[in-house]
Amino acid sequence: MPELGPFLLEARGVRKAFGTNEVLKGVDLLVAPRELVFLIGPSGSGKSTLLRCCNRLEEPTGGTIRIGGTDLLSPRTDINRMRRQVGMVFQSFNLYPHLTALGNVTLALRKVMKRSRAEADEIGMDNLRRVGLAEKAASYPGELSGGQQQRVAIARALALEPKIILMDEPTSALDPELVGSVLAVVRDLRDAGMTMVIASHEMRFAREAADRVLFLDGGVVVEEGPAEAIFTAPREERTRRFLHQVRH
Amino acid sequence: MSDWDRFVSAFLNVNVAARYWPDILAGVAVTVLIGLAVVVTGILVGLGLAVLRSLGNRFANLLIVQAVDVLRSLPPLVIILVIYFGLPNVGIALPSFVVLWLSLSAVLAAFAEEVFWAGITAVPQGQWMAARSTGLTFGQALTSVVLPQAVRIAIPPLTNRTISITKNTALGSAIGVSEILGRAMSAQSFAGNATPLTIAAVLYVLIFIPLVVASRSLERRYAWRRR
Repeated sequence: MPELGPFLLEARGVRKAFGTNEVLKGVDLLVAPRELVFLIGPSGSGKSTLLRCCNRLEEPTGGTIRIGGTDLLSPRTDINRMRRQVGMVFQSFNLYPHLTALGNVTLALRKVMKRSRAEADEIGMDNLRRVGLAEKAASYPGELSGGQQQRVAIARALALEPKIILMDEPTSALDPELVGSVLAVVRDLRDAGMTMVIASHEMRFAREAADRVLFLDGGVVVEEGPAEAIFTAPREERTRRFLHQVRH
Repeated sequence: MSDWDRFVSAFLNVNVAARYWPDILAGVAVTVLIGLAVVVTGILVGLGLAVLRSLGNRFANLLIVQAVDVLRSLPPLVIILVIYFGLPNVGIALPSFVVLWLSLSAVLAAFAEEVFWAGITAVPQGQWMAARSTGLTFGQALTSVVLPQAVRIAIPPLTNRTISITKNTALGSAIGVSEILGRAMSAQSFAGNATPLTIAAVLYVLIFIPLVVASRSLERRYAWRRR
């Protein structure tokens, strides 16, 4: 496990209610630099909502969230500035269908970072190369396989040089034979020291790659610990039942 | 005289055609200019209203929706007549071609607003999230990500609407705009013969067929590239 210095992502007591339905009931998520944390749990357990709260795509109804020491929820914080530092990868890729792969990767570089087109293209190509898709730069999302689209989406997040990347079930929408290519990119990122939080059902990958696993159910963290411990010797009955279900 | 000869003399009378066609042709420029002005004004105002609506101000949206619903339910001729014969009573006398332009632009803007709005809401929420998650502001996400997609979705219904409303320039004949139909109608009453109306019909086809063809190629060009 990496050194637990000051946390890069420090979410404490996060609550989120939609109307009377409380989806997050006080969740702590502390992530150290270079750590890879997996969120597991049944659908509706609050994994996606928690990730979205961490860059304020959802507005938490309670708790505090700090990224690199900056209070994300403070009205004085420039949220668009913070969001560049928090990369986000979605289950359904959400690539822009009217832009090429390179256009997807460079849009924020040009609009947010105010890079020239030439600079942005250079950074964009570097990041497409990093996910093994340099030759697809001129392709539109509709011309790419699901696995390729998700890797472009990862390149889009990487291009802004985020401090942390949040992935919301990055392989759930993929055909089984395409999952490996995306996981390979995630593995490379981890080896390069990228800090990541991944909500995923890829248990085998979690066991191999994750530093820490959090099991969420009903809007609370039921159990957390090193991947090996959670998967081989879960303490909680609910965790055991969930792991049993996903394995069969 | 056979039935066919009677038909030809009423609708395809060469003498009447020879006498009146230059006059009717002079209306083409009026029809085309007003038509183009309506297309540009109506679509731009409609797009502007849809963007305004996307900002989510409840009061503004209520106004937009009400105005759009009224304009969509009124027959365009009623709007034209009410403005043309009504406004002078409050001291505003607008030239008939201005009334025609304003009325049809308002109607097209109303339909275009609905079409663009439908396009904006049809863009998946995930597109907004992806854009905002990379630090784009609401305005940047709207202009760089959502609107380009919304406009593509809007193009087929929008071209249909645009053509059907632009054809309503012919309603200008009711308030004396000297466009194609107005000129053809006065020629028809002078000549006591329907041939000028046939000429008008041919001119409308010549003007609008290219528009229909252009809209079809526009629809094709903006379809998504797929695997």
